[in-house]
Amino acid sequence: MDLLLQLLASGAVTGCIYALIAIGFVVVYKATGVINFATGELMMLGSFFAWTAMTAAQVPFVAALLVAIAGAAAVGAVVERVVLRPLLGQRAISVIMVTIGLSSIFKGLAQILWSGEYRSFPPIWPRRPITLGPVLLPARQVYPSLIALAAILLLALLFRFTRTGTAMRATAADQATAFGMGIDIRRMFSLSWVLAAVSAAISGVVIGTIGGISPQLGAVGLRIFPVVILGGLDSIGGALVGGIVMGILENLAGGYLDPLLPGGGVKEVAPFVALVLILMVRPYGLFGTRDVERL
Amino acid sequence: MTAPAPPLLAVNNLEVVYHHSVQVLKGLSLAVPEGRIVALLGSNGAGKTTALKAISGLLPLENGAIEAGAVTYRGQDLAGLLPHQIARRGIFQVREGRHVFEDLTVEENLLCATYARPSTPARWRRNAPGATGRGGKAVELDRVYDYFPRLRERRGGLGGYLSGGEQQMLAIGRALVAGPDLMLLDEPSLGLSPLLVEEIFAIVERINREQGTTILLVEQNAHMALQLASHGYIMENGKVVLDGPVERLRQDRDVQEFYLGRRGGQAKSYREVKHYKRRKRWLS
Ligand SMILES: Nc1ncnc2c1ncn2[C@@H]1O[C@H](COP(=O)(O)OP(=O)(O)O)[C@@H](O)[C@H]1O
Ligand SMILES: [Mg+2]
Repeated sequence: MDLLLQLLASGAVTGCIYALIAIGFVVVYKATGVINFATGELMMLGSFFAWTAMTAAQVPFVAALLVAIAGAAAVGAVVERVVLRPLLGQRAISVIMVTIGLSSIFKGLAQILWSGEYRSFPPIWPRRPITLGPVLLPARQVYPSLIALAAILLLALLFRFTRTGTAMRATAADQATAFGMGIDIRRMFSLSWVLAAVSAAISGVVIGTIGGISPQLGAVGLRIFPVVILGGLDSIGGALVGGIVMGILENLAGGYLDPLLPGGGVKEVAPFVALVLILMVRPYGLFGTRDVERL
Repeated sequence: MTAPAPPLLAVNNLEVVYHHSVQVLKGLSLAVPEGRIVALLGSNGAGKTTALKAISGLLPLENGAIEAGAVTYRGQDLAGLLPHQIARRGIFQVREGRHVFEDLTVEENLLCATYARPSTPARWRRNAPGATGRGGKAVELDRVYDYFPRLRERRGGLGGYLSGGEQQMLAIGRALVAGPDLMLLDEPSLGLSPLLVEEIFAIVERINREQGTTILLVEQNAHMALQLASHGYIMENGKVVLDGPVERLRQDRDVQEFYLGRRGGQAKSYREVKHYKRRKRWLS
């Protein structure tokens, strides 16, 4: 029983970070209909920004996080303006290809700037684990998740309660009508890239503080893809639930099935198995709209 | 004697092509004088909606382009302006089919239209005292709710849950929030019960009178439109085939036959009218 609770709690905690990564995909998809395969690399860049700020400039973690956010926002804005806006009106699949290209470019850039070496953040989180009743969770897992959760909450509030957020939702729903109502939809596209890059960067930084970083960190982005599909691609709430479900599934598989199999590895595969099963029942994800395109 | 004031909106010899191949407007010309309601009539597929999209700048989003001619607003050519810029200059299109944001609440739908609030000092002054831009949100909403009390009741509900009539009210309500100088109103009566049509048209007339909003009204319901408007244009196959003051249009035999469903003073069934429409082409 305690093992189950432990696995559930730890899975949910990890899932919050998955959810934030997934939201990086969702924000751009909702606004522009593009699946941004450079999301993982935006995470990676963000984590390097923060790491550089902490190691080279010796700033405290919170300041480093802000540096990462600002840096990622700039990268998101520039990418949207220089690479994606000229492609406006092109078929979504061409733009998706471009994001795959972008991911390689970002990876190469990181190799040049920071080398391919594996780096770790200076110690940030307390060593003492956090006890919640029968459950014991390492602080370096809990605090990053709280940051991710806070970021998700802020994003959700922004979309729900601000004028700009409302305009972004209107643009996502019906571009032509929003445009005709005086909303500069190109600004909304740009903003969605900025927000996606920022959420990716925050998730990159918190993941980096847990397990260290390298230019390969972006691969996590793809591992999160089942969460994105599970959540339905177009809903923040869906991404949150999808992330937590996936985190728990992974942990349960790791906790109960891995020991039974020689070699293990069930933990890595379980999300994809779950994805296939769920999509067979609900082709548009748990929360997605019916007409969401599938690759 | 003073020269007649130039119209608020002038469309001159407009030619519009979709997908580089299908020509839909073939030299459309019309003028909308300030303060008036002008009706643009014509059968399905004549190009009325296309004309409105050409004015509001939405054409390129559907792969349409103006190949020749010009749209002039307050003496300025609108060529090259994007839809949001045109909206901020005071032209607001209420699209055919309402296009309410279904996942947004009524109030959020209205809030979006504040983006079309006046962007130039001249327009600010013209729109005073309600012209308070962002800060005037409450004032704007109250104005909408005064015209459409039903929207006030449903302000927190999702746009998608409104009835067809309420959605049309919301679509017009968004225009009220924008406070345009020129409203392009595309088939507001589409799919509504006769009673609702009466209600909507009465409010359109009030908006024109009380807000001083100039209105270009596209309708299939020629009967209602010609009651409201002072001037009418009749389109067929991409251009204007007949225009004039509504009194004269109402007397015109062809208009009576094909648009008012009347011959020799007798109402004809819709089916019969459609039958005639298919056979006879205007001025050809
Ligand atoms: N986006 C589009 N792409 C191609 N053809 C279009 C498009 N929109 C309208 N058309 C064509 O243009 C013609 C006029 O359409 P429209 O302007 O909607 O007419 P109306 O509003 O008078 O019914 C129709 O033949 C229609 O098929
Ligand atoms: Mg039409």
